[in-house]
Amino acid sequence: MNILVCIKQVPETNKVEVDPVTGVLKRNGVDSKMNPYDLYAIETALRVREKTGGTITVITMGPPQAAGVIREAFAMGADEGVLISDRKFGGADVLATSYTLAQGIKKTGDFELILCGKQTTDGDTAQVGPEVSEWLNIPSVSNVCKIIDIEENSISVEMDMTDDIEIAKVEYPCLLAVDKDIFMPRLPSYTRKINTKDKQITVMSLDDMEDKDEKHYGLNGSPTQVQRIFPPSVNAHREMWAGSNSELTTQLLNKLKEMKFA
Amino acid sequence: RDDIVQKDLSSYRGIWVFAEQRYGKLKTVSLELLGKARDLSKNLDVPVTAVLIGNNIKNLAQELCAYGADEVLVMEAEWLDDFNDHVYGEMMIQLIQEYKPEIVLIGATSNGRSLAPHISSTLRTGLTADCTVLEADKEERLLLQTRPAFGGNLMATIVCPNNRPQMATVRPKVFKPLLPDYTKTGKITILPVPSPIESFVKKIRNIDNEEGANLSDADIIVSVGRGIGSAKNIQLAQELADALGGALGSSRPVVDQGWMPYSQQVGQTGKTVAPKVYIACGISGAIQHLAGLADIETIVAINIDPDAPIFKVANYCIVGDVREILPLLIKEIKEAKK
Ligand SMILES: Cc1cc2nc3c(=O)[nH]c(=O)nc-3n(C[C@H](O)[C@H](O)[C@H](O)COP(=O)(O)OP(=O)(O)OC[C@H]3O[C@@H](n4cnc5c(N)ncnc54)[C@H](O)[C@@H]3O)c2cc1C
Ligand SMILES: Cc1cc2nc3c(=O)[nH]c(=O)nc-3n(C[C@H](O)[C@H](O)[C@H](O)COP(=O)(O)OP(=O)(O)OC[C@H]3O[C@@H](n4cnc5c(N)ncnc54)[C@H](O)[C@@H]3O)c2cc1C
Repeated sequence: MNILVCIKQVPETNKVEVDPVTGVLKRNGVDSKMNPYDLYAIETALRVREKTGGTITVITMGPPQAAGVIREAFAMGADEGVLISDRKFGGADVLATSYTLAQGIKKTGDFELILCGKQTTDGDTAQVGPEVSEWLNIPSVSNVCKIIDIEENSISVEMDMTDDIEIAKVEYPCLLAVDKDIFMPRLPSYTRKINTKDKQITVMSLDDMEDKDEKHYGLNGSPTQVQRIFPPSVNAHREMWAGSNSELTTQLLNKLKEMKFA
Repeated sequence: RDDIVQKDLSSYRGIWVFAEQRYGKLKTVSLELLGKARDLSKNLDVPVTAVLIGNNIKNLAQELCAYGADEVLVMEAEWLDDFNDHVYGEMMIQLIQEYKPEIVLIGATSNGRSLAPHISSTLRTGLTADCTVLEADKEERLLLQTRPAFGGNLMATIVCPNNRPQMATVRPKVFKPLLPDYTKTGKITILPVPSPIESFVKKIRNIDNEEGANLSDADIIVSVGRGIGSAKNIQLAQELADALGGALGSSRPVVDQGWMPYSQQVGQTGKTVAPKVYIACGISGAIQHLAGLADIETIVAINIDPDAPIFKVANYCIVGDVREILPLLIKEIKEAKK
């Protein structure tokens, strides 16, 4: 089976700061890592490959240094890596990101199974997976929390829909957005890291795409615009309570009564 | 790729709310969205329309009017019985293309979060996820959509100036529903039944997951961390949660120890919760835990360590021993009830 995993590089910490004057995100000097949710997608791909054989390709859109997450995926066991990178792709919202990924995927090959993480820890929209599937015109299933059965032509999965768990069966080609803890992600292997350190990564720019119309990518291809970025209002009301346990208990009970819970 | 994009933005008018229902019962988030839509409609001077899709659901239309809809579009068919993001999405897309609303609001439930991007990408428009503030700019007829990102460490106001409809999802409990007015009537339109479409995703079975629902719907959550000390003490926390009419949550170590099921874990790798009140008992307040707390009005923290990071985000910081305070509190609540 040909499996593709979409992975994204995100800031190491989500304690980001905004320049109070310009209102722009301070990204400089912040280390990057793989979106933690994508580790689950890679692990899922590895488990499926154990059953079916085949190859795992990882794809990421980002600046040149996003190659780092591809190397990490190699060290976990991925076979091939594709980096979609071009200044013209910068400033993309979900629609433009998913379109660019879909264009890159079409150029990379035919995949029976495409895996995405549930969401990222920076943009945090959980929309990229479903939108990629729409551009590729293939079915998608979100909230996948368990793989039940892998068959010749289809895959059966459990979805965590909060109120209930649903079981669904979908034919290939399809896209699954997997929930955290579907499988515990393995650690990258040191040996594999060394062995894959010079492994070729395919780099794609706008020129490599079937659709070369700049207006469809990056800021130009993005219907949404960030008008303003600002820190959340800090917790305005804060009281420190100290005292004996029984005093604290009474104080808490009174507060709960005031809020009409007790 | 451009074939669908509408250039005449002024032909789009009105605010839509996708009325999500399950087993013939409306999701409260849909009612909350109607309240917000009413609010926006005053500014934009357009009607609020609820779109109701399913089987045997006509009777819900009146309730939608009571909660703020001026109009309800009802699409009923046996083959629409079960929610399916592809099938429901296709129906929404057809209706949006026909009626051209300028704003479409969808609850950020598991269903809504997968439905919305199918619609927005097919219509080549923007979609803002998990908004916590929605305002209308009347001059520009823009929806100002504010949402948290970076695990709540940052807020962004997002607009969609050149494409319609402007689409947003909103999590449950972010907005308050209006008090229902059952004397209010609205225009209820039963749409012709469309010809069935098939989904490539075949639902085989549903298993009720009451535990999980419990945590995401609760108004008050008592949540326990490693500081609770023992599995036995968790029983106390459960008693407190029951007495307050709420649910029990936990930090990850408590789940890892096997003291609580994973379905009750709050945080980056657990559930995201949005109760009115969150009582953190013996939880240090690690960033991965805080990532699961969305827009909570009041956080109460009980921790023995005055420097615990949880106190930086809590409104009421109780410096004390949770193992002592919990039994006392339960006793007092019981006595107060007598
Ligand atoms: C503060 C802020 C708020 C934003 N709000 C919105 C918004 O409301 N609407 C909007 O349209 N855009 C928004 N954006 C832009 C959005 O974050 C980017 O478009 C981003 O490229 C993709 O969205 P995401 O990070 O939310 O991914 P998600 O949809 O959360 O990611 C889901 C999965 O898709 C895959 N994936 C995502 N990005 C990539 C990639 N670059 N390469 C490979 N795979 C990928 C991964 O498998 C990932 O696990 C926002 C950006 C910021 C900084
Ligand atoms: C990738 C990743 C994902 C993660 N996801 C999650 C997640 O989803 N959810 C999550 O919760 N964590 C998650 N974690 C773990 C997280 O980093 C913290 O380790 C965890 O939240 C700590 O749990 P805790 O507060 O219960 O325990 P501790 O950090 O051990 O804190 C215990 C607290 O109890 C207090 N205490 C001790 N005794 C008493 C007493 N008698 N009375 C009152 N207070 C007392 C202590 O002062 C301390 O503050 C994740 C970590 C990683 C790396």
